[in-house]
Amino acid sequence: MSSNSNTKLIALVVDDNKIMRNIEVKLLTKLGVEACEVYNGKEAVDLLRDENEFDLILMDLNMPVMNGLEATRLLREMGVTTRIIGLSSQASEYVREVFMEAGVDDFVEKPLSHTKLASILTKYFKN
Amino acid sequence: MDFKQLQIGWVKYMNKLVEDGILDEQYKQLQQLQDESTPNFVLEVVSLFFDDSQKIIYELERALAQPIVDYKIIDAYVHQLKGSSSSVGAGKVKEVCVKFRESCENQNKEGCVFAMQNLNHEFSRVKHNLQYLFELEQQILAAGGSIPTIMLSQ
Repeated sequence: MSSNSNTKLIALVVDDNKIMRNIEVKLLTKLGVEACEVYNGKEAVDLLRDENEFDLILMDLNMPVMNGLEATRLLREMGVTTRIIGLSSQASEYVREVFMEAGVDDFVEKPLSHTKLASILTKYFKN
Repeated sequence: MDFKQLQIGWVKYMNKLVEDGILDEQYKQLQQLQDESTPNFVLEVVSLFFDDSQKIIYELERALAQPIVDYKIIDAYVHQLKGSSSSVGAGKVKEVCVKFRESCENQNKEGCVFAMQNLNHEFSRVKHNLQYLFELEQQILAAGGSIPTIMLSQ
């Protein structure tokens, strides 16, 4: 993990939808988190293969090239311990389960809101 | 016109859009994200939504006109549109997408065609209404006022 109590948290937004990426990045910025964005799971894996400077990853489920489940599994296999939050507009118990099995720390239904994101940050990064 | 009158008009119009379900709470969330560092945030995100949706609607119409309908492709497009509409708070468009996906799942072409018509209608409606809302905002700013702050429901 890159941050300590004196530095800003850094998050990676992984989503193929530019509208959602824009909103998620803005929400993170508003909450004092620095944010980077990539278009799909493969881009996230490639990025984290070189260097992991992230404290949090917001991982979408359905994406082209590599979806969120595959990307999460690969990241965990690579030894990445960063908090990963699975996101999907399909809020079924099944989706939550497959996401958790893939290795995410938590699952949140889309669209992400200020309240939902704030509670994630409080839950995992109390300081 | 006095900016206060314009602001009152804006609030009434906004409330009506929420009351009619054309916009939902998520749109208010978007507005709360707008600040000095990104004064056009809502307009930018909504413009992206308009452009993206227009492309998806075109692809959907093309896919539905094929002699053999590929419901998986249609469902993927509708899923995308559902996500975008839900992110910007276009409530009615999102509702139509949910019904559209049900018709896809049942491979019901008639249902899909009906949903397509509804989608065109609701998309035009939200686009028209939001464009009017943005025009009102420009008028308020030009008259020296600021965009009213709207409260989120608890």
